[in-house]
Amino acid sequence: MLEVQEIHVAYGQVNVLYGISLSVKSGEILCLLGRNGAGKTTIMKSIMGLLPLTSGTITLNGTAISTLPAHEIPRMRIGYVPQGRRLFPELTVSENIEVGLMTCQEDKATRDWVLEIFPRLRERLTQVAGTLSGGEQQMLATARALCLRPQVLLLDEPTEGLQPSVIEQIRQVIVRMKQEGVVVLLVEQRVDAILSIADQVSFIENGRNVETTDAASLRDDPDKLKRYLGV
Amino acid sequence: MDFGPHFLIASLEGAITAAILALTAMGLSIVFGVMRVVNVAHGEFYMLGAVIAWWVAHLIGIHPALGFVAALLLAPLLVGVLAAAADKLILQKIGYDPDRTIVGTIGLLYIIQQSTLMTFGPDARPVQPPFNTRLSIPWFEFGDNGFEIIWPWGLGTTSYKLFVIFAAIVILTGLWAVMTRTKIGLIMRATQQDNEMARAFGVPVERVYAWVFGLGAALAAAGAVLVVPIQQAHYLMGGDPLLLSFIVVIIGGLGSLPGTVIAAIFIGMSDGIISVFFSPTLAKIIATLVVAMVLVFRPQGLLGKANP
Repeated sequence: MLEVQEIHVAYGQVNVLYGISLSVKSGEILCLLGRNGAGKTTIMKSIMGLLPLTSGTITLNGTAISTLPAHEIPRMRIGYVPQGRRLFPELTVSENIEVGLMTCQEDKATRDWVLEIFPRLRERLTQVAGTLSGGEQQMLATARALCLRPQVLLLDEPTEGLQPSVIEQIRQVIVRMKQEGVVVLLVEQRVDAILSIADQVSFIENGRNVETTDAASLRDDPDKLKRYLGV
Repeated sequence: MDFGPHFLIASLEGAITAAILALTAMGLSIVFGVMRVVNVAHGEFYMLGAVIAWWVAHLIGIHPALGFVAALLLAPLLVGVLAAAADKLILQKIGYDPDRTIVGTIGLLYIIQQSTLMTFGPDARPVQPPFNTRLSIPWFEFGDNGFEIIWPWGLGTTSYKLFVIFAAIVILTGLWAVMTRTKIGLIMRATQQDNEMARAFGVPVERVYAWVFGLGAALAAAGAVLVVPIQQAHYLMGGDPLLLSFIVVIIGGLGSLPGTVIAAIFIGMSDGIISVFFSPTLAKIIATLVVAMVLVFRPQGLLGKANP
C-alpha cells in the first residue's frame, strides 16, 4: 500500500503542491486527473524522491520512503515511466533494459520476462533507443520500469501520442500488473481510456487534491468530469 | 639533416605531445560530458601528477624503474582521490551550477598551484626515466648507388619516448573498454544522458560524479607522470596542458570521446611539428586559430552533436 500524506513540494521558492494526500492499495489503480500544470507530474517526481518535500510523508507498506536518498527509492521496487518516456537516447534497447535490471539487481529471468511482454523490443535489442518509433519508445520505457519487478508502478501519460494498437498493449500491461497485485498510479489525459480500468480517480487542482472518488461512481455521474476538467 | 629525416623527428615529438594530450584532454572531456562541469583546475591536477611522481620517485630512490612504476600507480590514484574530495567539498555544495563551478574550479586552481609552490618550491625537478635506450632510425636515399638505407646522424629517438606513446594507447584502450563494456561504463553513460532518470533507476548520481571527477583528474595525472621524465616537474606546468585540452575538447566536440582522441592527435602532431620547424608560440597561435574557425563554422565540434 502506497500512502502519500499531506505532502508540500516547492521548486525553489515556488510552492507547487499544497498538502496532497493519496492512498493506493496493492492491486489497485489510482488515476490522477487534472488540468495542465495542476501538479500531477510533480506528485510522481516527489514519490520518486526527485524533488524534496517541504513537509509530509510518503510510505510504502508502512515504511517511510520520503526520508530515503533518491537513488534508494527505486530499489524499493518502485518503477517509473516518466512523461515523454525519457529513455537514455544514445544507449541501445538492450542497455536501457540493463539499466533497469541493475536497479534491483534483477537477472536474466526478468529480462526474458520483460521481453516476453514486449516481443517487439527483442527484435530491436541492438538499436539505439533514440531512433525507435514513438510506440517502441513507450514500450521500452515501460519495459525498463518492469525490470524492477515493481510493487509500485508510476505511469505518467503512458499513451500520449500513440497509435491505438500500442495504447491497447500498454493498457493490457497495466491491467496485468494490477492483477499481479502491483500498486498502480496513473496520470492520464484521456478520460475515456481510464474510466474502464481505474479503481479510483483523484482530481488535482492547483496542487491540491480536491476530491477522490470511485471510478465506478464517476462513470454514472460524468458531471464531475465537466466540473474539474471542463470536458 | 635533410627535410625528410627532420620531419620524421618532428612527427615523433608531435606523437608524444599527442599521446599526453589525448590522456589529459580525455579527462577534461569525460568530466564535461558526464557532469557538465568546465574544470578550469584540470591543468593543476596534471601538474600535481608530475609533482607527486617526483616525490614518489625521490622517496623510493632504489632504482629509477621501481620509482617510476610506483609513481605511475600512486600519482593518478592520489590525484584522483584529491579530486573526488574536491568534488564532494566544493562542486557538490554549489549544486554543479555551471557558472559557479567555473569560479569554484578557478579557486581550486590557485589553491593547488600555490600550495605546490609553498611545499615543492619553484624549481623544476626531473624524474629519471625507467629505461632510456637510444634508438637510431634508418632513412633512405637515392644516391649514386641507387636506393640506399642510411643512418643519418641525429635521427633517433629513445625507447622511453616510444613507451609513452604505447602507454597512452594502452590507457585509452582500457578506458574505452570500461566505458563500453562494463556496468560502471554503462552507469556513467546513462548518467551523462539523463541524470534525473539515472537517479530514478537507482544510480547514486553524486557518487558517480565524485568518481568521474576523480577519474578525469587521474587521467591528467597519468599523462603528467608519463611526461616528467621528458619535461621535468614544475609548479606552473599546468597552464599549457589546460589550454591545449580545452582546444582539443572544443575541436573534437564537447563530450565526444572519439572526437577528443582525433582532435588530440591533430593538435598534438601539429603542435610538435610546428614547434620543431618554427616556434612553440606559433603552434599555439595556429591551434587557437583552428578553435576560432571551428567555433565559427562547426560550433558543436568535429564529432559533437548539435543541440536540437
